[in-house]
Amino acid sequence: MRLSFETVRALGRGDTAADRVVPPTGFTARLTLFVAAAMAFLAVFALALSLAAGRLATSWGNELARASTVRISAPDGQRAAQTAAALRLLQQTPGIASARALSEAEQQALLEPWFGPDLPVASLPVPQLIEVIETPGGYDPTGLRLRLQAEVPGAVLDDHARWRKPLVAAAARLKMLGWVSALLIAAAVGAMVTLAANAALAANAQVIAVLRLVGATDNYIARAFVRRFTLRALTGAAAGTVLGVVAVFLMPSGGETAGFLTGLGFRGWHWLIPLLVPPLAAAVAFVATAVAARRVLGGLS
Amino acid sequence: MHNRACFRKGGLGVIELENVAYSYGGGELLSDLSLQLAPGSFHFLTGPSGAGKTTLLKLCYGALRPTAGYARLFGQDVRQMDRDAVALCRRRIGVVHQDCQFLDHLPLNENVALPLTVAGQDSAGQAENLRELLAWVGLTERGEALPPELSGGERQRAALARAVIMSPEVVLADEPTGNVDWEMSQRLLRLLVELNRMGKTILIATHDLQLIRAAKAQVQARVLRISNRRLQTAGADL
Repeated sequence: MRLSFETVRALGRGDTAADRVVPPTGFTARLTLFVAAAMAFLAVFALALSLAAGRLATSWGNELARASTVRISAPDGQRAAQTAAALRLLQQTPGIASARALSEAEQQALLEPWFGPDLPVASLPVPQLIEVIETPGGYDPTGLRLRLQAEVPGAVLDDHARWRKPLVAAAARLKMLGWVSALLIAAAVGAMVTLAANAALAANAQVIAVLRLVGATDNYIARAFVRRFTLRALTGAAAGTVLGVVAVFLMPSGGETAGFLTGLGFRGWHWLIPLLVPPLAAAVAFVATAVAARRVLGGLS
Repeated sequence: MHNRACFRKGGLGVIELENVAYSYGGGELLSDLSLQLAPGSFHFLTGPSGAGKTTLLKLCYGALRPTAGYARLFGQDVRQMDRDAVALCRRRIGVVHQDCQFLDHLPLNENVALPLTVAGQDSAGQAENLRELLAWVGLTERGEALPPELSGGERQRAALARAVIMSPEVVLADEPTGNVDWEMSQRLLRLLVELNRMGKTILIATHDLQLIRAAKAQVQARVLRISNRRLQTAGADL
């Protein structure tokens, strides 16, 4: 039994008489529906996790990849002079598109989450920060560090690589784990359907014997089981997907300042991706049942 | 008489077994056995319980494959046929089992129409055929009954109706009167004789000698006997 367009059409069209030759199995049917629904629900979450992690990795990569900071830690009297010297040096450095010193208000905004809005930045020995934007070609961080060390003793270059790389790597790994989880869920659906189909075929050995006696081909017998399990997986997965999408939709949103957890969900056309879960579950069930049926029917004399 | 008498080389049997042996579990159940069922012939297969009557019948409809020799169904060598080819061939052979083998969750009329269902014939085409057949076996009123609700005789007649609904060329019956009284066995025999007069080839496995004698009074029947794993033509006393 091959998965072709004609087979899918025949599955959808159905054959009432052929469906009736296999007796209904209430418990197995309910179990298959439940497991398919639960797996689809989990698959939607795995997809949401994977896509959110992907977005985060891209965002961190884009936002931080071309930005660096120079920190000027110098006594009050020298800070302005060293800042000006550093800015001059940076503007002459190949690979740097722009460099500007952050204003007092911008520095205060950066510190606000930790120290509150009333922090008197001016009266504190807070280092002056310079935001550096690279050209697409980038600059040589080692060379820049050496020049800063020589010409601006209080300047320290932070090119963000130290903490950007592990974060981006972690986000990419999380994205991959999400996809691996989705694959494992598909495999689990396949395994569950195989077990259920094997049980159903074994329980119906007498039915199969009668069908063979009256001239039923293996394809006909397999079809009766395959259609049943495929439709159960499709129905269960559709229900689980709807519940999963609703649950993701109802996740609290963090708005513009969304972190990873509050940003867990689908964005834009990504909301369409969960629609693939029910047909994929049905395809997995189709293949699993067809393989199980072929093996069992081959083993029965 | 040796089993060669049951086989004519180059014959046109609808079912032919040639020097067939069948072994199972290390023991040989049938040995060097040849049989030819000519179109329209009527055969009885007899022998003691466990002699291999059912096994021989299964070889005749491809449910078993010989471990040696040739089995041909309508000229096709069973060894060269896959399961689906055997299944298609089986639509030309009606089989009546002693235990009837029904699908207990389906009513009688759907069980009788099952060969048409698996052959893909639509229900409109089935209806007329089915009505006629149920009337022929006297089960018109029992169409909606489930198999467990039927008596032994009703089950046997239903099994016969199912066996012939595809208008097969051959009808094989395994102890069809094993579970019914004498009156019912005579009724079943009359139906089988009627089928033979319509040109069907009939092979009945039975150990009921009275049934064989009754049949020989109505139709020219050949009686074969399995003894010591081999097939022989029975003596004139039958």
